[in-house]
Amino acid sequence: MKQKFKNLFSGGLGQLTIPLIAILLLVIFNLIRDPSFFSIGIMHNNDGNVVLAGNLISIINGASELAILAMGMTLVTAACGGQDISVGAAAAIAGSVFVKVLKSTSEITGLTVVLAFLCACIVAMLFGAFNGTLVAIFKIQPMIATLILYTCGRSIAYWINGGATPTVSSPIITALGGFIPGIPVPTPVIIVLVAGIVLKLVFRFTSLQLFTQSVGINGSAAHLNGINEKFIKMLSFVILGVCVAIAGSIGVSRLGLINHETLLIDIEMDTILAVAIGGNSLGGGKFKISGSIIGAYVIQMLTITLYAMKVSSTDVKAYKAIVIVLLVVIGSPVVKKKVDKLMMRIRKSKDRNTVKGAQS
Amino acid sequence: MKKKNGVYREPLTNTQLLMTITIGIFVVLYLLAMILLGGGFLHAQQIFDMLNDNASLIIVSCGLTIVMIGGGIDISVGAVSSLVVMSCVLYLNNGGNIFFSILLALGIGLAFGAVQGFLVSYLEIQPFIVTLAGMFFARGMTTILSVNPQKVAHEGFAALRDIKIESSLLGYTAKNGNLVPARIELGVVVAFFCVIVIFVLLKYLRLGRSFYAIGGNQTSAMMLGINVKRARFLSYLICGLLSGISGYVLMMHTGAGNATNAAGMEMNAIASSIIGGTLLTGGVGNVVGTCFGTLTLTTIKKIVVSSGLNDPWWQSITTGGMLCFFILLQSVVLGRRAKKLSRPV
Amino acid sequence: MKEVLLQMKNIEKQFPGVRALSNVDFTLRKGEIHALMGENGAGKSTLIKILTGVYQMDGGEILVEGKNVSIRSPQDAQNNGISTVYQEITLCPNLTVAENMYIGREDGAWVKKKNYEKRADEILTRLGIPARSRQQLGSCSLAVQQMVAIARAVDMECKVLILDEPTSSLDDKEVKMLFDLMRDLKSQGVGIIFVTHFLEQVYEVSDRITVLRNGELVGEYTTEELPQVELVAKMIGKELDELSSLGDEDERESEVKEVFYEAEGLSSTAALPFNFRIHKGEVNGFTGLLGSGRSESVRAIFGADKVTGGNVRVGCKRVKINRPIDAMKCGIGYLAEDRKRDGIIAELSVRENIILALQVMNGFFKPISKSESEAFADEYIKALNIKTASRETPVGSLSGGNQQKVILARWLLTHPDYLILDEPTRGIDVGTKLEIQKLVLKLAEEGVSVTFISSEVEEMLRTCSRLIVMRDRHIVGELKGKELTQTQVMKTIAGGDK
Repeated sequence: MKQKFKNLFSGGLGQLTIPLIAILLLVIFNLIRDPSFFSIGIMHNNDGNVVLAGNLISIINGASELAILAMGMTLVTAACGGQDISVGAAAAIAGSVFVKVLKSTSEITGLTVVLAFLCACIVAMLFGAFNGTLVAIFKIQPMIATLILYTCGRSIAYWINGGATPTVSSPIITALGGFIPGIPVPTPVIIVLVAGIVLKLVFRFTSLQLFTQSVGINGSAAHLNGINEKFIKMLSFVILGVCVAIAGSIGVSRLGLINHETLLIDIEMDTILAVAIGGNSLGGGKFKISGSIIGAYVIQMLTITLYAMKVSSTDVKAYKAIVIVLLVVIGSPVVKKKVDKLMMRIRKSKDRNTVKGAQS
Repeated sequence: MKKKNGVYREPLTNTQLLMTITIGIFVVLYLLAMILLGGGFLHAQQIFDMLNDNASLIIVSCGLTIVMIGGGIDISVGAVSSLVVMSCVLYLNNGGNIFFSILLALGIGLAFGAVQGFLVSYLEIQPFIVTLAGMFFARGMTTILSVNPQKVAHEGFAALRDIKIESSLLGYTAKNGNLVPARIELGVVVAFFCVIVIFVLLKYLRLGRSFYAIGGNQTSAMMLGINVKRARFLSYLICGLLSGISGYVLMMHTGAGNATNAAGMEMNAIASSIIGGTLLTGGVGNVVGTCFGTLTLTTIKKIVVSSGLNDPWWQSITTGGMLCFFILLQSVVLGRRAKKLSRPV
Repeated sequence: MKEVLLQMKNIEKQFPGVRALSNVDFTLRKGEIHALMGENGAGKSTLIKILTGVYQMDGGEILVEGKNVSIRSPQDAQNNGISTVYQEITLCPNLTVAENMYIGREDGAWVKKKNYEKRADEILTRLGIPARSRQQLGSCSLAVQQMVAIARAVDMECKVLILDEPTSSLDDKEVKMLFDLMRDLKSQGVGIIFVTHFLEQVYEVSDRITVLRNGELVGEYTTEELPQVELVAKMIGKELDELSSLGDEDERESEVKEVFYEAEGLSSTAALPFNFRIHKGEVNGFTGLLGSGRSESVRAIFGADKVTGGNVRVGCKRVKINRPIDAMKCGIGYLAEDRKRDGIIAELSVRENIILALQVMNGFFKPISKSESEAFADEYIKALNIKTASRETPVGSLSGGNQQKVILARWLLTHPDYLILDEPTRGIDVGTKLEIQKLVLKLAEEGVSVTFISSEVEEMLRTCSRLIVMRDRHIVGELKGKELTQTQVMKTIAGGDK
């Protein structure tokens, strides 16, 4: 029985252990602090829809963009052993394109929204390909390569809309960023769900997962087995581009406007964090998308918990930092080794004591 | 290749090569600006303004350069500077004295450097994550201290802030016929001092050379008898200290604390280091190059403004373009060098 | 007899599951160059690592100039006057030559640059090393970098200098420079341990040879008294009597079958141009010592390195094989020499490792379904008798032999027409070796062409009907039929003149 329990922690959950424990701790903490934290209510919103409301919903809803970006970021991390720090900036670009296309049509219909999203997608994929080229072909470290777009991305977004922060108002956009009439679940949550399923299907119907992991773990062996390393790295960046376009479009739809400065600000850091909390090595290799998604919810839950404790939105970062440090210190191999050694010593001295006891 | 007794100039090392490229490009850019745009570029004050505005960035970039030479990264530098500004402003406004405010600045910087350095080198946690947490913490603490901008209302500090070196020789005659002397702020002197100290440290001190060694090849460095962990720890410590100094310099320049102080400074610092010829892979770089990196960045921004591209986005788009240009240039230059070597002669 | 400088007595070293060294003695005298020989897995590098403090020995003692010393770290070794120059250069390429010679062992906070440069230049001149103290190390050729490492050791006044495969990446001229330097040091009384796999070099420069095999001492010989053929025999050894059960199917003489693969003047960035052909159902072998170019040649066939020239025919069609995927599409499989680096994807499961090559050939959009891949994995785990906890166990946690079987399974699953096996039996237990050899013969019967490379000649004699012998990156002979005897092979490997 004890053994089973132990297995559950050391091997059973594998890399999901830490993010799940983190969620568990947060849940317990919140339940003790305020048992009503997780209560879900039903209310009518301004548009007269019946919708779900409550902290839990705002956690799941608020983490949508983060979760979607974390999916793509996990792939890039796995294949290239580095991170893309330009996702926020690229999302601003995608959002701007989205708005630009919507603005240039006379009337916003379902078709134009799809069209606008496709345009945003193509642009984001092109920028992804740009990053991918630098990484895969010029062999520049991902962080440095994406620093370029990080530096100028938001300005490009600004430029696309000619220096304005245009608003779009349409029931379709409101529905995209909020609730679809008749469905009580926030639309972004549904989009995350769909994106997750699509990704799952992609893994099912292509060899993406196997090839990406092979390239990330052992590039040389992957090459000798005929895998095109450059293509896989490039592909991971292009897929991240799609994620960026989705996240950017959701972000725009939520507010009904594009603000290049504030749209998904600092999300690149949170995204990388989500990947790391999810138990994925930032050095590439084996990965678990589900880990990163849970990581995204951990971050959001932490944020909402802090809000609920009346911590102001700007101060949240400081507390987040402490949690991050605690998590990585616990996960650090050096600390693990030290703890193991300590345990060994304790066990040894215990053995010695029992031997002594037996002798006496 | 061989030339025995005559004066033989060694081929440039990678560090020197990249630095030379940067300085060359800076000079060319500036000359072009003088010829094509004239105006402000013809006055010495233009350069001094660039220095006055960027003294703190130069200091922070130097610290970052050290960490990058050692093969690491520190993205907390800007946030730490911002925290230093806010803490010192509040301290001074609550009746502190200048001497202790300086100590406070250095102390905050050192504390961040020490904790981050410990986590990175002794617990072997990825530097990006550690310093990301450091950045979050510093930014969060800044807003916890005060969300509203705080102006320094301390007489002693005002006096310190207003110390400026003036030179009428380098000044220019304004349109109304008055001679405007060239002004250099105290911060520039501090930055200059820091650059020299770091330059000497990196070039002539054992510790500095071991930064290059661990960045060049960590295993080799260990085999050669260098205490890799200690060296890495010290690189973060020095970087933290410089962030502290930079924060104080920034406060002397702006005279106020603001939660958005030094926003994006870390990325500007990374960009300065890269343009200045520091490789993120480690082992190659130089603070003089970094200084010119900062100046090149600033010059480009000034050129963009003076050449009539007034739209706010052009500055960062050209910065990005420049960064792209430098990164590719370095990749190609060093790649060709490596290829040349691997081919048997 | 010269004064004894270093003595290692009854050295024992155990790794989990493997006895790396048992009861090995080694003696080094002042002013001699002592070659340490043995094929892979013989225990040379373990012995060296014990001497340099990288590993701790489990038993035995080390005496330096008669005094018992304990070596627990590279620092200890240096303090006892033992310096090592490794095959991979362990200097910092971004620092100058002088800095590389003095960094990490200077005192005081300041770098005494001028002082160091002067001293470095003196030593470099004295040793005749063509490098300047202020030069960036990375701008020197590999040979010179190697020599700078030696110069560092000399300046530390080392008594024992260990050169671990120093010549493997040097050309002839550079090797000569290195040897001159070694002789010079020898005359100054330094004892040099020279680890290499180049026979000519051993005979050119060494005074004495110690041979290890399978972690045991074979013997210590004076170079002059040990003919080259005998040295090869001692290194390779006559072993594994049980293998004779495979039977001497000497009459495997190929009744002229159709040619499956043919290359003319094939060359890559690593291999010199060579001609090669293999028939359907034929087992041939590339033999030669390590570094003779045998692996580089087969890598060229598979397109693993950048191919630089040559005509290739598969069946009767001319094809271009520039990348591994091209070769795989022509029905060629390649089991790489370095299992860890080029073979296994350590963190992936046995199942994923087995289906990898087939998956690549099927293409990106036709993934093998989970149930299908599980069936494949189970089939091969059973067929090849792979010992694994389950098909989902990470392959990195398997033993070497089982890892090798997984990679074999990977290629067998693609049903290749031509399989290249580079050292498939290296570092694995006897039983598995036997299984792999049987498998090779079975494949040949089924009409698969196989190229088999092994450091153990006996193994190749038993499996191959034709042997291509390489020395110094050239093909120097082709043996078949009656010529396939151990003596003949060794003579050809060693070069008939000695």
